[in-house]
Amino acid sequence: MDADKNFLVGIFDDDELVLNGVDKVRQSGVKIHEVYSPFPVHGLDERLGYKRTRLPIAAFLFGMTGTSLALIMQIWMLGFDWPMIIGGKNFVSLPPFIPVTFELTVLLGALGMVGTFLIVSGLKPYAWPRQFDLRSTEDKHVMAIDLALNKGKSKEEIAGILKSAGASEVNEKNFE
Amino acid sequence: MAHQVVVTEEHYVFKPATKKNLYIVLGIGVGLFILGLVLAISGGGHHEGGDGGHAAVQSSELVASVQQHAAASEGHATATHHETEPWVKRLYSSLWMNNVFFAGIGIIGLFFVAIQYAAQAGWSVGVKRIGIAMGNWIPIAGVVMLILWFITHHDIFHWTHDYLYNKDGAEFDPIINKKAPFFFWPLAGGSFPIFFIFRMVLFFGVWYWFFIMIRKNMAAEDIQGTTSFWHKNVVLSTVFLIFFGVSSSIAAWDWVMSIDTHWFSTMFGWYVFASWWVTGLAVITLIAVWLKDAGYLKIVNSNHLHDLGKFMFAFSIFWTYIWFSQFLLIYYANIPEETVYFFERMRNSPYSWIFYLNLILNFVLPFLLLMTRDAKRQMSMLKLVCPIIIVGHWFDFFNMVTPGVMKHDGGVGLLEIGLALIFLSLFLLVAFSSLTKLPLFGKNDPMLQESLHHHI
Repeated sequence: MDADKNFLVGIFDDDELVLNGVDKVRQSGVKIHEVYSPFPVHGLDERLGYKRTRLPIAAFLFGMTGTSLALIMQIWMLGFDWPMIIGGKNFVSLPPFIPVTFELTVLLGALGMVGTFLIVSGLKPYAWPRQFDLRSTEDKHVMAIDLALNKGKSKEEIAGILKSAGASEVNEKNFE
Repeated sequence: MAHQVVVTEEHYVFKPATKKNLYIVLGIGVGLFILGLVLAISGGGHHEGGDGGHAAVQSSELVASVQQHAAASEGHATATHHETEPWVKRLYSSLWMNNVFFAGIGIIGLFFVAIQYAAQAGWSVGVKRIGIAMGNWIPIAGVVMLILWFITHHDIFHWTHDYLYNKDGAEFDPIINKKAPFFFWPLAGGSFPIFFIFRMVLFFGVWYWFFIMIRKNMAAEDIQGTTSFWHKNVVLSTVFLIFFGVSSSIAAWDWVMSIDTHWFSTMFGWYVFASWWVTGLAVITLIAVWLKDAGYLKIVNSNHLHDLGKFMFAFSIFWTYIWFSQFLLIYYANIPEETVYFFERMRNSPYSWIFYLNLILNFVLPFLLLMTRDAKRQMSMLKLVCPIIIVGHWFDFFNMVTPGVMKHDGGVGLLEIGLALIFLSLFLLVAFSSLTKLPLFGKNDPMLQESLHHHI
């Protein structure tokens, strides 16, 4: 059985139910693939045991790249490549460089962060998201369990765990 | 989430031990102040004055070479008309600067509360009462400022001298004469500055009135428990914010910018406000952290501290933005009557170390130290950054006021540090004893449950 193909899908009616359900399912040793909800449920990511994103580190590094590039560019252009007298100031003077440096820091920081996010999330062009149950965009919370990652337990066993964790129905979903 | 969290009301007890610590700080402040005063009188200040004089000559040459019609500098008038001892001026300037600085922190307490109401913010229930306790400093600062003005005005405010407005006199100053109505209206220039005093009294009076009304509604809400008081405070706060937007700018021109009478900057109102605001936020955060350390404010957790930290981080950058906007325009335009402000403070000046220290304490350190999420959520980091910001902006105000009053004879010595400690301990004594008057958070605040569930 390949991973990412065959799933059991538990449908939860309420955000309270799905929060408690996540705890119960994880306690019984079943690995959860993902939970989909129609609105942000506070505390869900902590209960699923997700680690915090490292996106801020990427943003900082991209920002610093922008700062250095902007300073190097301006010092090289206005100091060495084509020195111009502007307002009687030194060729290389920091204050007029600050606005451009600020803008490039923000630009590279923002673009780099968005790019990193798209790559990390697998949101490449033509990537088509899988729908486990269309009602997750309406009023149901959907918990997907990858059967390949829970080989220790039978399908019926997992369905029973989902039911007892508060799922109102349990469906099978197979992707080819 | 639907479930209600039940919390018990908390009352702050101003323990004698805490009070004693503040009195010790006050005592140290008084000691340093007296020591500094004695040193300044017995020639310690004189020597410093001699040192500064040398630099003053250099820089006044520089200024004179560029300053064509920025008029006879204040230095001329000082030579002919002033007999005030340097140590007296130093004392006056330090008193004025500290009072403006701490008046700002007090008014920011109310401003913070008003913003929370006007934005109908939910997270801030646990810290609003800290802001309102700080607001108790407003009337004290107002009275002190009014008294100080009558004692010190000739030494601090150059524009108060009547000879500047005498068209036939040798000291007639056409630039200041044009600004006369701003101070003296409806009277003639050089008489009693009715308009100026009226504004000072009006601002403090109106601020204090809004403070009383908002505080009264808070107290009534605790007892009667209806949401109507909260709605009343939303309206009051909105009106206050409009008034404060205008009055804080004019206050900055009056109390700080008019010291350098010839000079002007259209950014200055924002600059002073930004400095006050970020200092006030640091004081609110620091008091919240202290209260949590003392076992109070259980409803304030790291999520709320995170918000306060973000506030400080963002407005440190905002202050830098304003600072730089003011600096860059003056630097680039290079007009003598504008650059004179930075000539006095930046190069060939005894204040240049403060000028650069200002940027390190108020931008570089808060920016780097508060950047990560964890830093804003940890009390140990906030306990480090808040004092840095408060001290940094004290230096900021020092550099706004002192060079204009003292020319090159000023500096940070025992006298200045002592006075700052005196003001600080008195401010905290007032703030902490006001904290005992109301519960630490409104148990009937309609936003209480939202604040308890605040999660970021």
